[in-house]
Amino acid sequence: MLNVGKIEEGFVLDHIPAGKSMSIYYHLGLDKLDCTVAIIKNARSEVMGKKDIIKVECDINTLNLDVLAVIDHTITVNVIKDGEIVEKRVLELPLELKGIMKCRNPRCITSIEQELPHIFYLSDPGRELYRCRYCDEKNSERF
Amino acid sequence: MRHLMNPMDFSVEELDKLFDLAADIEKDPKKYAHMCEGKKLATCFYEPSTRTRLSFESAMINLGGSVIGFSDAGSSSAAKGESVSDTIRVISCFADICAMRHPKEGAPMVAASRSGIPVINAGDGGHQHPTQTLTDLLTIRSLKGRLDNFTIGICGDLKFGRTVHSLVNALARYDKVHFVFISPEELRIPSYLREMLWDKALSFEEVIRLEDVMPRLDLLYMTRVQRERFFNEEDYVRLKDFYVLTKEKMERAREDMLVLHPLPRVNEISVEVDDDPRAVYFKQVQYGVYVRMALILTLLELV
Repeated sequence: MLNVGKIEEGFVLDHIPAGKSMSIYYHLGLDKLDCTVAIIKNARSEVMGKKDIIKVECDINTLNLDVLAVIDHTITVNVIKDGEIVEKRVLELPLELKGIMKCRNPRCITSIEQELPHIFYLSDPGRELYRCRYCDEKNSERF
Repeated sequence: MRHLMNPMDFSVEELDKLFDLAADIEKDPKKYAHMCEGKKLATCFYEPSTRTRLSFESAMINLGGSVIGFSDAGSSSAAKGESVSDTIRVISCFADICAMRHPKEGAPMVAASRSGIPVINAGDGGHQHPTQTLTDLLTIRSLKGRLDNFTIGICGDLKFGRTVHSLVNALARYDKVHFVFISPEELRIPSYLREMLWDKALSFEEVIRLEDVMPRLDLLYMTRVQRERFFNEEDYVRLKDFYVLTKEKMERAREDMLVLHPLPRVNEISVEVDDDPRAVYFKQVQYGVYVRMALILTLLELV
């Protein structure tokens, strides 16, 4: 059994589906942070069989959790202060996503006007479906 | 300040008011002949269009206003690389209202978000064409007397045809409208429209043969297969004459079935059908002017 020490201040992302931690690492921009990050892959889980865990020592408010919700809103976010869990954040699918996904429709205005922000709206929460705010094209990006 | 990006921007009640106004304009055009005096409409057309642009211009002139603008991207600053956002900021200094057509989907929405004047989407790529939809709805309401309780067949290019997408969205808000989508496999309605109809539990069917469904239709909306929407010329050539509405096919239709078409027509309606009283696509063009007049007055808050 591999042991990774407790963190004093930061957050722990738990119950990440096995194999998705590296995608989350990059999409959350953790590679750009100057803080301690521990990635645990294929940890044993009674519920999931195998799971990934990410521990990060930084202020949680520096992160855009929307992207996490899009990847998998069932991931558990534990906020840690003084070495203890002080909050469990529930992730909800954001109604709007800005700058996270790119519209791939060659007919969309974003294909020629590079400075426009790529904005998607939640068109079908049941199917977790997002559409481009400009052209209504379905998001085809996979995390 | 209000804009018109898609037919859903107006509630059913607001559309009723708009159509009442258009009907009054039809009845007594002189009453409205000076209502836009001193006002300017900018027609910013980044792709060629004759009828939509002229319909807007005619509408503004009928209201006593004047018109400025450009009719293709080559004669605008877009050719120099200017963004839509910058163009609309400039146009806002010249005009009181803008009608914009653009080949890229969402361009009028970008313009509206930066504009100091009302922007009307006059067609954005294969996406939306709301004023055509208002035209279609006004035509149906004026000639059928209602916007609910009918079966409408929509035939041709249902994949890229923006008039179809806007019309389906708009009619989906009225009671007991049954849609019959008639298209070749390659040009079926896009998935987002199908999902919208499923979600709202609206009744629709998708078929390939026009002849079979003709006797059941109250309205037939024909569309053109548009060359400019295809990346591949071979596909266009294969599909362009898939449907041709002829006198023989009209014989299978009800006596009160109306044929609409957003025009221009190519081969999909034989010219021999033009004399049939049920062919109302040229009347539809006139309704397009009335509804654009009503829209300009509404967005400029002059009524």
